[in-house]
Amino acid sequence: MSNGFMENSVVRWIEHRLPIFSFIDHSVGSGYPAPRNLSYWWNFGSLAGVALVIMIITGIMLAMQYTPHVDYAFDSVERIMRDVNHGWLLRYLHANGASFFFIVVYIHIFRGLYYGSYKAPRELLWILGVVILLLMMATAFMGYVLPWGQMSFWAATVITNLFSAIPLIGESIVTWLWGGFSVDNPTLNRFYALHYLLPFVIFAVVFVHIWALHVHGSNNPLGIDTKGPQDKIPFHPYYTVKDLFGLGVFLIVLSAFVFFAPNYLGHPDNYIPANPLSTPPHIVPEWYFLPFYAILRAVDFDFLWIVPAKLGGVILMFGSIMVLFILPWLDRSPVRSAKFRPIYRQFFYIFAIDCVILGIMGAKSADGNTFGMTNVFISQVATFYYFAHFLVIIPLVSTLERPKPLPSSISEPVLKGGGSMAGATAKPMEKA
Amino acid sequence: MPKSSRYGRKALAASLVIALSGGLGMALESSPAAAAGGGFPFPEQSWSFDGVFGTFDRAALQRGFQVYNEACSACHGLEYVAFRNLAALGYNDEQIKAFAAEKLIVDGPDDEGEMFEREGRPSDLFPSPFPNAQAAAASNNGAVPPDLSLMAKARAGGADYIYAILMGYQDSLPESVLQEIFDLRTAENEKKYKAALEEYEDRLDAYQDKIEDGQTATEPVKPEKPEPVTSVEDLGLPDTAHFNAYFAGFGIAMGQPLYGDDVEFADGTEATIEQQARDVAHFLTWAAEPTMEERKRSGIKVILFLIVLTALFYAVKRKVWADLH
Repeated sequence: MSNGFMENSVVRWIEHRLPIFSFIDHSVGSGYPAPRNLSYWWNFGSLAGVALVIMIITGIMLAMQYTPHVDYAFDSVERIMRDVNHGWLLRYLHANGASFFFIVVYIHIFRGLYYGSYKAPRELLWILGVVILLLMMATAFMGYVLPWGQMSFWAATVITNLFSAIPLIGESIVTWLWGGFSVDNPTLNRFYALHYLLPFVIFAVVFVHIWALHVHGSNNPLGIDTKGPQDKIPFHPYYTVKDLFGLGVFLIVLSAFVFFAPNYLGHPDNYIPANPLSTPPHIVPEWYFLPFYAILRAVDFDFLWIVPAKLGGVILMFGSIMVLFILPWLDRSPVRSAKFRPIYRQFFYIFAIDCVILGIMGAKSADGNTFGMTNVFISQVATFYYFAHFLVIIPLVSTLERPKPLPSSISEPVLKGGGSMAGATAKPMEKA
Repeated sequence: MPKSSRYGRKALAASLVIALSGGLGMALESSPAAAAGGGFPFPEQSWSFDGVFGTFDRAALQRGFQVYNEACSACHGLEYVAFRNLAALGYNDEQIKAFAAEKLIVDGPDDEGEMFEREGRPSDLFPSPFPNAQAAAASNNGAVPPDLSLMAKARAGGADYIYAILMGYQDSLPESVLQEIFDLRTAENEKKYKAALEEYEDRLDAYQDKIEDGQTATEPVKPEKPEPVTSVEDLGLPDTAHFNAYFAGFGIAMGQPLYGDDVEFADGTEATIEQQARDVAHFLTWAAEPTMEERKRSGIKVILFLIVLTALFYAVKRKVWADLH
């Protein structure tokens, strides 16, 4: 912080008693050096943080108007839409914000997969990220139940029923989750309480996630460690301004949905009040759960007469996230970035396509056909490939692949450009 | 940056964009009512409220309100709309008071503890035509007429769907659509017949084997070859259902609600069935989201502001990074 801010006597008085200014400076300021070559793919971490803040602020304001009771929940949401000042804006921001939070986080995760950000020494950073993803999914699911429309009610029924697949105690667990013998008012009440609680748990884990990030700093597109000050630039102003630009683009896209297509990502059935006596013809989860839904439905056979089909589907669905926890140990390649891993790079793209196929299958009805194959069969192949990617392909490729030679340092390509550049980049810390 | 890495970056970008748009696209594609058991695909209409700059047409809203008030409201509620909201349609306070006063509202309890009926006030919500769902079902062959407040948002296609349903009764349909539906059903019936025939042949073989072994068995019944569907009666709808081309399964509980000249429009517009259907679809789109115009107006301002702000951020970013590139 060399802009004279610290010379202010009030600032120094506070800093002497509570070093909050240097804390901020070392977190996101000029005192936090970051690799100089981070691409725009590195914008999505801070965007996810902003999305979380948007969700918490709009969520708290919605909570002031919402009534968590089966007789009033749907009505209170319509009151928000019609009678609360800018209530429509709050609700549409919150509903579309959830979708965009997932878009941003999914890009963030695939960025990590491509550039090997989960490898040593960032394993815990990655694991904390997976914990955040799990918490986000639980929060999003419970939030979707709150408007108490048809999809809310039936999604709650279908998803909570999954726990009945657990042997022996499954039925008791479902009754315990519901607070009764069906999805009803106690269920709505506890989902509301938890939907309010979990974002703050997420916030806490995000804090630890960032803490872990700051120990070794960001990975970078080359995936090699920074070797000295010539490889780094201060976070502020370089990445603060870059993140602000990214935030602007993000807000434009989010606004396009909120103001001009607010129900595009939703489902019309959720504008019908929940009716336990009428099941919608197609129960479809929100788009961000579709790949997992496809994995769940892919298992239509009992496994070795021990695991019934339903339990198998549930195990695989949760397993599809759990496998991410052990990814740092499945991938033995010392090279992080896929840029220098020609074989892994191909498999990365195949895996991304596989996830899209799963998403498409999750949206289609299970008894339909696509390209002459049953949707269940396609889902089974895609599910098999999903797990094969992590459990077979990654371990094999990481041992057999011959990576391309790594550059000796991040600044090497720049320095090769000529002596004059070296002079300009050698002391970037002085700039800020 | 070396060429290969630039390629890698672009390919990563492309694959993610494809992944996301694909996922989103599929999520949407699955939602329209065209899914299993759906009605005939309905045509898209053009509306004044379409698009980024779309607004409601006040004259159409008033005519549509008149259709709702004089025709639909006998069976369908509008529980989330209050009389005061009608100001958005261009009615003045006196007119709104008059509309409200036409309705009886159950209020109370009074000082004696009795519920009583009074004239409606602008602050009242539209009263439901039936005291409860059971009463609604009892008067309508067991089917509850749905509340219309959110109809334009609760069905894929919105206003297009409402218009299609109102125009989907036999009298209003072009002959070609009817014929296509008949052909569709004929093909379906034949497919079912073929499957039934195969099953019958299998059963017949099993039956003959049993007879040859000297066992007793009942002879399976040969399925009848279906006649081609040539009329609405051939569709085999339940007795309580009315044919509607665009309703799921082609049978709707609601009898044809509009015939033309059901209302006399205050502005002198000819009340053809198309005109009434169009106007009431327009009105119900407003009723489903009275804040739509405000939303779109704000959206234009917000996005223009964000574009300028983002351009500024980009300029600053370029300047700050200038010495690094």
